[in-house]
Amino acid sequence: MSGHFIGMDIVAPHRVGAMVLRYLYLLRSSWTRLLELMYWPAVQLLVWGFLQFYIAQNSGFFARASGVFIGAVLMWDVLFRGQLGFSVSFLEEMWSRNLSNLMISPLRPVEFVAALMIMSLIRLAIGMVPVTFLAIAFFGFNVYGLGLALAAFFLNLILTSWAVGIVVSGVLLRNGMGAESLAWTLMFVLMPLTCVYYPVSVLPDWLQVFAWMLPPTYVFEGMRALIMQHVFRADLMVEAFALNALYFAAAVITFLLLLESSRRAGSLLQTGE
Amino acid sequence: MSKAREPAIAVEDLVKVYRTTRAVDGISFALDNGSITGLLGGNGAGKTTTIAMIMGLVLPTSGTVTVLGAEMPRQRYRVLQEMNFESPYVDMPHRLTVRQNLRVFGLLYAVHDLAARIAHLAEELDLTEFLDRPTGKLSAGQKTRVALAKALINSPRILLLDEPTASLDPDTADWVRGHLERYREQRGATVLLASHNMSEVERLCERVIIMKRGRIEDDDSPERLLVRYGRETLEEVFLDVARGRGEAREAAQ
Repeated sequence: MSGHFIGMDIVAPHRVGAMVLRYLYLLRSSWTRLLELMYWPAVQLLVWGFLQFYIAQNSGFFARASGVFIGAVLMWDVLFRGQLGFSVSFLEEMWSRNLSNLMISPLRPVEFVAALMIMSLIRLAIGMVPVTFLAIAFFGFNVYGLGLALAAFFLNLILTSWAVGIVVSGVLLRNGMGAESLAWTLMFVLMPLTCVYYPVSVLPDWLQVFAWMLPPTYVFEGMRALIMQHVFRADLMVEAFALNALYFAAAVITFLLLLESSRRAGSLLQTGE
Repeated sequence: MSKAREPAIAVEDLVKVYRTTRAVDGISFALDNGSITGLLGGNGAGKTTTIAMIMGLVLPTSGTVTVLGAEMPRQRYRVLQEMNFESPYVDMPHRLTVRQNLRVFGLLYAVHDLAARIAHLAEELDLTEFLDRPTGKLSAGQKTRVALAKALINSPRILLLDEPTASLDPDTADWVRGHLERYREQRGATVLLASHNMSEVERLCERVIIMKRGRIEDDDSPERLLVRYGRETLEEVFLDVARGRGEAREAAQ
């Protein structure tokens, strides 16, 4: 790897802060953007929450598993909205044709990525915190009651969401807006494999191998173990974290290689279709 | 070469090939500190690609670019602080106000006393009354002045401009040119200006590099080009070069 695109020699907090400020200005400028952050998580929660409510009234198993669906909905949204928060902030630069301005400024790629990660957390907090209170109010499900386990689940899910967001941003840099749909859909490819709403054992044996390659699978299994059997599977969280460390590093390297490739192809000059 | 006499920008045997297209084909030039140079050429001549390689935005296929002694793009973070760029083809976030946009870029460039710098630029560029208006709601001329304010926010020693007055009315374009002239004089900045506008180049530039199909076809002062080609305007010189009549006319002189 040549040295000139690493851009990691000096990370300046003021440049990271400048980019976060830029996205906060944008959020502040539009109440529809803010509302949108809460809208879909709330709709998801209500649909799945009432469905679980109905099934639980008619099935002893689901009555015992109360909260599994709602917990899964909330955790899935951390994963999906975390990635979306990252990717949409990046897309804002392409939509506004501002990327060249940033790329010729002293902003390092790693600072850009750091700002996008912070914005992913901020957007997630704006969208999800009200929804967690909605879960308490409507269904009596207190996600904060999961205690420290929640922190482990959250950390692993957000790391995966960032890894996917970083790769998507790299692909957007390299291929332009033609790849925009990836930002909205890529995470759904993982959905069936990460076993959000059902145990891994439901999958055919050969597919389970692939499922266990994905960190969120460990989180959703761990969440079900905690809610249904009241057991915290620390082993699953450690394994998920190890996989996440690997994927996150791979995502950063992929992003830098795609950025290098964009410089070679001249695609930083043309960020349209 | 001593530091003082080192060129601000040095381009050596620069080549850029996009798949099968040679966008820039072995060009070399050096720009003195404090000079203002026009890069002329028709569409697809390689001007924008050349400027992009100088900024480190595009990797050369071969050849070297040195800016203020730093090899681009390998050592770009040594000098990006000292450079800036303006083009009508690059926008700034539309929903942010002018002040917010300038503040973000000022922070990226670590500008000292940023509020005062923004106020000064707003006054200089006649933007004070628009500072708290969304950038996207401004007219083309106002947006160009905002883009210029962004390009000057860090008082760059190297200013790269890609058709800075494209789509502006003659009055605003003239006003922008006047401002660029003053900035260059006061800051002693090195300016490289890609343009289709011959009168703009004639007025601003002390040197003109004419590109055609990725190559440098001519490189001289506007006055000498006019004499050598026996023409009255730079536009006529440009047409001679573009239509391959340059050598014939020079031979006939």
